Amino acid sequence: MSRPDPSACLNLSSSRTRQLLVGGMRQDFPIFEHPMRGKRLVYLDSAASAQKPQVVIDTVQRFYTEEYANIHRGVYELSEEATQIYEGNREKVRRLINAREIREMVYVRGTTEGLNLLAATFGRQRLGEGDEILLTEMEHHSNIVPWQMLCEQTGAKIVVAPITDDGALDMDAFEKLLGPKVKLVSVAHISNALGTVNPVKEITRLAHDKGIPVIIDGAQAVPHIAVDVQDIDCDFYVFSGHKIYGPTGIGILYGKAELLEQMPPYQGGGDMILTVSFKGTTYNEIPYRFEAGTPDIAGAIGLGTAIIYVQSLGFDAISAHNDKLLNYGTELLQEIPGLRLIGTAPEKVAVLSFVMDGIHPHDIGTILDSRGIAIRAGHHCAQPVMERFNIPATTRASIGIYNDKSDLDALAEGLREVRRMFG
Amino acid sequence: MGDLRDLYQEVILDHGRRPRNVGNIAPPCSHADGYNPLCGDKLTLYLRIEDDTVSDVKFEGAGCAIFTASCSLLTEALIGKSIEEANELCRRFVAMSTTPVEEECDTEGLGKLGVFAGVREFPARVKCATLAWHTFENAVRGSGESAQTE
Ligand SMILES: Cc1ncc(COP(=O)(O)O)c(C=O)c1O
Repeated sequence: MSRPDPSACLNLSSSRTRQLLVGGMRQDFPIFEHPMRGKRLVYLDSAASAQKPQVVIDTVQRFYTEEYANIHRGVYELSEEATQIYEGNREKVRRLINAREIREMVYVRGTTEGLNLLAATFGRQRLGEGDEILLTEMEHHSNIVPWQMLCEQTGAKIVVAPITDDGALDMDAFEKLLGPKVKLVSVAHISNALGTVNPVKEITRLAHDKGIPVIIDGAQAVPHIAVDVQDIDCDFYVFSGHKIYGPTGIGILYGKAELLEQMPPYQGGGDMILTVSFKGTTYNEIPYRFEAGTPDIAGAIGLGTAIIYVQSLGFDAISAHNDKLLNYGTELLQEIPGLRLIGTAPEKVAVLSFVMDGIHPHDIGTILDSRGIAIRAGHHCAQPVMERFNIPATTRASIGIYNDKSDLDALAEGLREVRRMFG
Repeated sequence: MGDLRDLYQEVILDHGRRPRNVGNIAPPCSHADGYNPLCGDKLTLYLRIEDDTVSDVKFEGAGCAIFTASCSLLTEALIGKSIEEANELCRRFVAMSTTPVEEECDTEGLGKLGVFAGVREFPARVKCATLAWHTFENAVRGSGESAQTE
């Protein structure tokens, strides 16, 4: 290879960790060199999608420039190399979530596809008329709609565990709902609308005591906390690359090998088969059985580098940075007259969702936008949460590793301007 | 880049806070619903039409300041107009709000409604401004179909 692997220079170093804690990693992200609306970009929408560090961009660029070929196909060197890099990335993912085996990592397009895959295979195989799927009130639409579609096909039914006024999962109610008809539990590790961290280990233990399998939607968790799927003991764990500073179009479905092995395939096509004839087809082993067609090879490779990048900072430092900004931001926002935070659970990450008396979130969003501040306004693909709190929408600021206190100062200043304009 | 004040001018803030002609008309000559799925803006517009003239317009709805002000200003602008004039105003309002930012936009004869030209700086918000007007066109057509942005 002519150039070294861009991620080769990343190892856990105390100077990088210190940098994160002092000022954030803005200088690693080229997007911040470009102004927004003529102003410094204040990006507070990482829960929707995270920006990409230069090293991830370089990895993808180098792959297309120097290493590109299709995988699992060519007998020539380039294809074999591409295959090696692509397959090698499964090991990086395995280490990120501490899974037992590499073959438990299924490449998917993202969390949404992972959950749809599970509904169409595992769910379809295991659920019937009258069975129940236990979800929570704080799920993202992608952990609701695939199950509703499955219910239409099978006659199964969804039951919903409620949340408390501060946005935590009501564990007493959850336990009571875990009745004899429940055949599956699917829960967010961290809520994108509220920031609440759910006690997924406890949830899994309660469900497993009754022999019920557990799916965890980890979309918001992997960027923020060290995830250990063996410690949680969940049966499936799903996440998206783009929220952990990697490319779009790639995500991971983790499943315990013994369960993946029993599942029927999802989509049919190339790569997921061993032999095909018109008399019949034999399916490939896991994880390939679930990976029909040419995948997002560059995306997977970019994700591998994103994982190395995040690990080079360490999750201790990432969590400390996140907690620091959560506390700072919470205090700042509470000083704004007429502002109410939605989601104040004791266990939460730096997602600041709020409403302001008499001012619609879209007006807040536009006024902040004009100041170069990117936040999300709306229902955050979690309409049941909005219904629970009896509000049409919230404004949400969410933190990534490039943010620092000055971003939250800018937010607070923008909100004071909103208050002034609307009186 | 236009100043944000171009958009959130006193007129919009005032009508957003204290919308005029809120309520229904019982029975209306015609009514129509409008919905913007992206923002959740929602309205029902009620019309009374006498001798080809819009004699009364009222609305019930909920949404952002731009949307609410647009509904409110629509009612003020259209009451007393002939159907033909009202339709022409709708056409001109929508044309103004959707003129690309880099082009000169025509606010001639739109009076106070000209403030909505500022919405062009914020493409995500254009629909908040135009929804009421599309809904009015539907109500006049009496088709009973509901207006939806997108
Ligand atoms: C909790 C949660 N689940 C699922 C998703 C869906 O992820 P994706 O759109 O990457 O498939 C998101 C993204 O917003 C999320 O926050």
